[in-house]
Amino acid sequence: MEDKLLMKGSEAISEAAVRAGCRLFFGYPITPQNEIPEYMSKRLFEVGGQFVQAESEVAASNMCYGSAAVGHRVMTSSSSPGVTLKQEGLSYCAGSELPVVVVNVMRGGPGLGGIQPSQSDYFQATRPGHGDFRYVVIAPSTIQEAADLVMDAFDIADRYRNPVMVLADGLIGQMMEPVVFRNYERPEFDKSWACTGCGGREKNIVNSLYLDPKALEDHNHDIFRKYAEIEKTEVRVEEYLLDDAEVALAAYGTTARICKTAIHALRAEGYRVGLVRPITLWPFPYDVFRRVAGQVRFVLDVEMSMGQMIQDVRLGVVERCPIHFYGRVGGMVPAPGEIVQQVKSLLAE
Amino acid sequence: MDANDTVVFSYPRSLARTPTHYCPGCLHGVAHRLVAEAVDALGLRETTVGICPVGCSVLAYKYFDLDMVQASHGRAPAVATGIKRARPDLTCFTYQGDGDLASIGMAEIIHAANRNEPFTVIFYNNAIYGMTGGQMAPTTLVGMKTSTSPTGRDPVDRGAGYPIHMAELLNTLEGPVFIARQSLLSSKDILRARRVVQRAFTLQPKGFTFVELVGTCPTNWGMSPIEAREWAQKHMLEVFPIGVFRDREAPPAEGGQVKEG
Repeated sequence: MEDKLLMKGSEAISEAAVRAGCRLFFGYPITPQNEIPEYMSKRLFEVGGQFVQAESEVAASNMCYGSAAVGHRVMTSSSSPGVTLKQEGLSYCAGSELPVVVVNVMRGGPGLGGIQPSQSDYFQATRPGHGDFRYVVIAPSTIQEAADLVMDAFDIADRYRNPVMVLADGLIGQMMEPVVFRNYERPEFDKSWACTGCGGREKNIVNSLYLDPKALEDHNHDIFRKYAEIEKTEVRVEEYLLDDAEVALAAYGTTARICKTAIHALRAEGYRVGLVRPITLWPFPYDVFRRVAGQVRFVLDVEMSMGQMIQDVRLGVVERCPIHFYGRVGGMVPAPGEIVQQVKSLLAE
Repeated sequence: MDANDTVVFSYPRSLARTPTHYCPGCLHGVAHRLVAEAVDALGLRETTVGICPVGCSVLAYKYFDLDMVQASHGRAPAVATGIKRARPDLTCFTYQGDGDLASIGMAEIIHAANRNEPFTVIFYNNAIYGMTGGQMAPTTLVGMKTSTSPTGRDPVDRGAGYPIHMAELLNTLEGPVFIARQSLLSSKDILRARRVVQRAFTLQPKGFTFVELVGTCPTNWGMSPIEAREWAQKHMLEVFPIGVFRDREAPPAEGGQVKEG
């Protein structure tokens, strides 16, 4: 067991990537995630890696495409407006089946929006860029969990040859908490598809172009067979104090932590409230919501957005119980008292 | 073949033995061959990764018998950066057209050159978007008719801009080690371009190497292959003069100017 370190979220995410064997980082400055490229610009050269401050987020994601094409672990990071630009490279990575890890430290939008914490990229993360594709989206709610999940993200990306997004928000990125980095052991992954020069074998091609419609249809089906496997095996969710719950909150990331504080306050007053916290936003834990919906009086979905994850909550609940929404946006973070008040007034209705 | 026979012409090992989709008179095939010959001549086939663009040469991954990566429009220099930062031991080239490199990919080419990333860029300039059907390119000559400049490229009344000179533009940067523009418009030009392409690959370990190749597009220019070459010799080479603009490894000629390749 390693020592406990007090680290900022962005730095813990970066260090976890290095410990997972990532030696390549391409990024572009944008608040509130600048500590990631800053950390990498120092740390990677200490361990024989490479860092490039790219000319744009578009270029950064395409640099990742290049490093992944030769079989190397690679990461990029950005925040909401920059992630929009990264979507080009991520679609190509999905189409060419390349493993890449991308960190999105969300800020408020639309447009330039603001620089304070937000969860308004749920759609952008779970319904990504052009074409039929998905990437695994994992949403940590503590710095410790962020460090653990970044290590897992590289393994998931390699296992399925697909991008993985670590979806954090400005609070996770900027907050300091104790972290213990687990001893990471890198599994073996087949990289015989990588373009490393054709010596001693037939040439390899990394490509997402299929001009023949039938071939492209087959390619889509191949990719979606992987996605079906991911939906079966990679769902992660925390069920918190649900056993006796008559109300279930639904929240992820930072908002889920605030919900837990609200739950403790409510339970102290005798209200039986629990929480469903999706850790993977895609694949989404629909089954848990289906089960919980048969037990509670209602679900209250809490987000730092105008209501995005609620669409998936609805798909899980399927009218088995009412679903209510409480959201703060623009960088406004909901206080536990606001959630307590929401639950009380909904129960009084 | 008798023991006394001499091979005077053969198929480059790095070129796949497959028909291409290129139009009659198109010079992409010639440019592909020059790249394949350079890779073969330097013994690099087994350690080379090529990157093809979006545009007419998007299918180049089929035409080179090399490991090939297909990039999104304009991003080949970023992809090459990712490859060479991960594997500096590999040889890497991008093969790009004028829309890809000088329009949508302007940021990527400028910054890769400025960082002196050690890969070779082969830039096929025929002053038009070929694959999409003959639209105006950033290198389209003033007055040249295309499907989006139907009365001729008009930089004044229609605000369509002027042809961009990529070799000269890159030559303002401190980073690159080799910058050249050559022509594929005559056999003599092709023989000279072959030497320059090989020079670029030879210098690749030193840094960013760039060869612009002036070619034609008979189909979208609405000319026969011969007319297209004659027109290009008369008009293209005036706007895009041939030369080696920079060779950091060569001794400077008189007057500080670098010798033509």
